[in-house]
Amino acid sequence: MSTVLKSDSKPGTPASAASSIKAKQSLGTRIRRLNIPGGLGGWIWLAVIIIPVYYIVITSLKTSEGYFGQNPLALPTAPTLENYQLVLEANFATYFMNSVIVTLGSVIPTVLIAFMAAFAIVRGKGRYLKFVNGVFLMGLAIPLQATIIPIYLMIISLNLYDSLLAIMLPSIAFAIPLTVLILSNFIRDVPNELFESMRLDGCSEWQTMWRLALPLTKPAIVTVAIYNGLHVWNGFLLPLVLTQSPGLRVLPLGLWSFQGEFSVNIPAVLASVVLSTLPILVIYVLGRRQLVSGLTAGFSK
Amino acid sequence: MSSATSHRAVPAPQKIRESVKQKSALPWLTLPALFFFVVFAVVPLVGVLALSFANWDGIGAIGVAGMENWTSVLSDPELYNSLGLTFMIMIVSWLVQTPISLLLGVFTAGTQRYRAALAVLYFLPLLLSSAAVAIAYKALLDPNFGLAMGLGLPFLAQDWLGVPQLALGLIIFVIAWQFVPFHTLIYQGGVRQIPKSLYEAAQIDGAGTIKQFFHITLPQLKYTIITSSTLMVVGSLTYFDLIFVLTGGGPGNSTRILALDMYLRGFRANLMGPASVIAVILVVVGLALALFLQRLGGKDQQGSQLEGM
Repeated sequence: MSTVLKSDSKPGTPASAASSIKAKQSLGTRIRRLNIPGGLGGWIWLAVIIIPVYYIVITSLKTSEGYFGQNPLALPTAPTLENYQLVLEANFATYFMNSVIVTLGSVIPTVLIAFMAAFAIVRGKGRYLKFVNGVFLMGLAIPLQATIIPIYLMIISLNLYDSLLAIMLPSIAFAIPLTVLILSNFIRDVPNELFESMRLDGCSEWQTMWRLALPLTKPAIVTVAIYNGLHVWNGFLLPLVLTQSPGLRVLPLGLWSFQGEFSVNIPAVLASVVLSTLPILVIYVLGRRQLVSGLTAGFSK
Repeated sequence: MSSATSHRAVPAPQKIRESVKQKSALPWLTLPALFFFVVFAVVPLVGVLALSFANWDGIGAIGVAGMENWTSVLSDPELYNSLGLTFMIMIVSWLVQTPISLLLGVFTAGTQRYRAALAVLYFLPLLLSSAAVAIAYKALLDPNFGLAMGLGLPFLAQDWLGVPQLALGLIIFVIAWQFVPFHTLIYQGGVRQIPKSLYEAAQIDGAGTIKQFFHITLPQLKYTIITSSTLMVVGSLTYFDLIFVLTGGGPGNSTRILALDMYLRGFRANLMGPASVIAVILVVVGLALALFLQRLGGKDQQGSQLEGM
């Protein structure tokens, strides 16, 4: 089959990619053939993903004349950052800091205590640890939303309503099951000989955990930290229900309020969307390799 | 519980191993995680069942309602509307997302560079919060200054959020836009774990690409499909953020799914009792679906433990 030739004539395929395929096939390393419908579908889906993102970014750089006067997908004739300035002056920094506090305050404790639990579950024996593991596994099926009313009641009774801590506590609880599961899968892969030799050297379990298991599970820890961070950073329901003061809004709630505030100024609304995504984009770019490989390993077993 | 092992005699060669086990502090290490989880997840789960039999406006004292909330909610046509919508969005979303993410996953699992680059770009929607996605789509849908005019496709310039069927369809599209990338990633991982030798053998036997897909790729992905479907189906109970910001349940009640119905009854109408009834129904539906899908996947399957994320 002349699939390679076909791919050359396919619109949109970069020539360099096609030639590298050719090279690989001639080496005999590639066994699967190119699929044309797959390639086409892949590029169509890319358009579906990218066009809205492109629209959001360019519109956020437009003046209101540009927004009302131009083709919506045309590049701004006079790009401006004034929408960003407007958003930054309107409490964005407060919302941003609140999100940072809530995210760090949830992710760090979650990873720490879930790591200890995962270590114990993997390294220990006995009915108690089996039971705890079972509880966490069951927890994977509890939908956060269904428990929001009792959580609201508890937070009020604890006098924590309208505080950032109110968001963190349930966030930690609901992140624990999956974090324990992923971390224990990774700790299980640490060769037993390593633990044995640590023990022979006279290390306590505590030392083994921090000096052996922790460094070896670092990739998994980065994965769960980013994954949980993304969840908390983007969380909407807990902040919506558990806080009230404008000064305690996290970013997703802040976006929601910008939407009311700048209802006619769409470029400013979209600038706030871009701004709220930038930090997570930076973290994603830095940790992408680890996140993606960790997630695929975690889900496809 | 571990006392059974610790009372055993300690033979000399195993001395080190046994002595460590005897004073093992390991069970203690689980306590912080267990504490948080029990207090802020298990207790609320029990609490919501209790509250479904209570009278509470969210501020004042809590009274006993008995079966009142249950009878009133169960006889309320709004419940069946929400239930129907929830299942509708769940099923249609599954039908839309599964083939797309399966095919994209198979496609991006290939080794060419540009596929890897595509997979990076596919990830973008996952970085946006549902609130951001919903807000962005409102702007995108503007009939005059949104995407329809930009693309020169005037038939797309509809009152998407004002017509019930359109709003529902739109929500299903936006859900796919946001979550197909995640499931693509899962399938990509699944495909990469299929042994290459299977394809080599098939090629020697003369099987073409399509035959290979249906006879090797698809059967080998069985567990991946179940993992992904479980996450999708149980996750579809949690599209709350997106729908709340995009349509708020409207127009009318045409996009008021269960989770939204619960929120509106509880935190808008201050009827925490009936809202708790809805929450219990949500838990039951979620658990039933998770168990059903787990059964489908067989018992020892690890991926199916990931339900409910």
